[in-house]
Amino acid sequence: MGKFDVDVVIRNIPYLWEGLQLSFLLAVLAIAGGIFFGSLLAVLRMSSFRPIAWAAIGYVNFFRSVPLILVIFWIYFLVPLLLGQATGPFLSAVIAFTLFETAYYCEIIRAGVQSIPKGQISAGRASGMTSAQAMRYIVMPQAFRNMTPILLTQSIILFQDTSLVYVVTLRDFMTSASTVANQELRLVELYVFAAAVYLVICVAGSRVVNRYGRDFKR
Amino acid sequence: MIDIRDVSKWYGASQVLKSCSLEVSKGEVIVVCGPSGSGKSTLIKCVNGLEPFQQGEIIVDGLRVDDKQQLRVLGTRIGMVFQNFELYPHLSATGNIILAPMVVLRRSREEAEARARTLLERVGLSEHASKFPAQLSGGQQQRVAIARALAMDPVVMLFDEPTSALDPEMIKEVLDVMSDLARDGMTMIVVTHEMGFARRVADRVAFMDGGEIVETRHPEEFFTAPQSERARVFLSKVLGH
Repeated sequence: MGKFDVDVVIRNIPYLWEGLQLSFLLAVLAIAGGIFFGSLLAVLRMSSFRPIAWAAIGYVNFFRSVPLILVIFWIYFLVPLLLGQATGPFLSAVIAFTLFETAYYCEIIRAGVQSIPKGQISAGRASGMTSAQAMRYIVMPQAFRNMTPILLTQSIILFQDTSLVYVVTLRDFMTSASTVANQELRLVELYVFAAAVYLVICVAGSRVVNRYGRDFKR
Repeated sequence: MIDIRDVSKWYGASQVLKSCSLEVSKGEVIVVCGPSGSGKSTLIKCVNGLEPFQQGEIIVDGLRVDDKQQLRVLGTRIGMVFQNFELYPHLSATGNIILAPMVVLRRSREEAEARARTLLERVGLSEHASKFPAQLSGGQQQRVAIARALAMDPVVMLFDEPTSALDPEMIKEVLDVMSDLARDGMTMIVVTHEMGFARRVADRVAFMDGGEIVETRHPEEFFTAPQSERARVFLSKVLGH
């Protein structure tokens, strides 16, 4: 292998950057979709109408029981069959990640909402607010503060998991690094660099988490 | 002003309110007392619709509490102060006071804030307008909660054990604010164990035990010559030390 060759990394930065952009784009779309649908699912999960709550619990348990890579495969092969047309790897990956992460975000959001004492809703209702207004102005702001650290933690995990999309021929950051490593026969350099990039991104994310955790302490 | 007629309530099979009746006229202060678990808090939570009840009716200011439409209007006319304050921890003292007026009564922020300043002054907390609940003592928090309830310009105020969660040295500051309110002619129902307050401020005392209103009497008569045996036993326990 010889000495550590920094130049091979620098030479391939544009190629690696493309991969990193795909990782970011996929993560951002899945986070947005996951939080949006997760919020809706959390509302259903807390429904006092039992069958709806059970359906939501079933969804959450199902997706938390299967490996993400399996969901990615399924969507990639199943959705085209159902729609009768090819969806392409990127769209199917976005759908798979969103379906999967929705289950996790749902539980985080539900726990956040239920961490707010019932008396807070009573206080709002006693001053003439509807349940929806109490939710909007009293419960949700507090719940989101309480769950910000764990939402960010889950999002960091999601970002790391985007490396699984190589199974549907997508070229994310990890796959790009791997390709360069094999073409240039510089495995150590590229894998060290890949690790460093993930480390920097995730440490930065954790710093944000800790900061929020500190600022929002009651 | 408040007419509670034959109200009964069950949790499953156990009856927690047994045909309770109580009339409160405008400007009157009623203290509700009795052993814990006697249904005092449940009864006043029925008055503003926080607890549903199965039998009887409650009419406040001409509006029926069991009517969903009228209850929404009532929510704005009945102020409530809770045992645990229930201030919104993510909002400042001012933020707590202006939220419902802005959301429910659609007042402008300027108008709501001006009113909040007046109310904070009234409860002696002008200095603390921008502080958050966690930065205030229990007594101060409860006074903010009273100001918050008053911001809706209620015609009736309900107090659910407002001093039970307070350290002894803070009880007086809250009771003083409540006495001022009573003197200004507010119609109040107060659930409390503060017998001194009942004696000084209440127009009548309603004694509850086992979900029933056992007797409703002038405080002097109630404390010196209670009619029922149950009230005598209760008074000997609370006044005995």
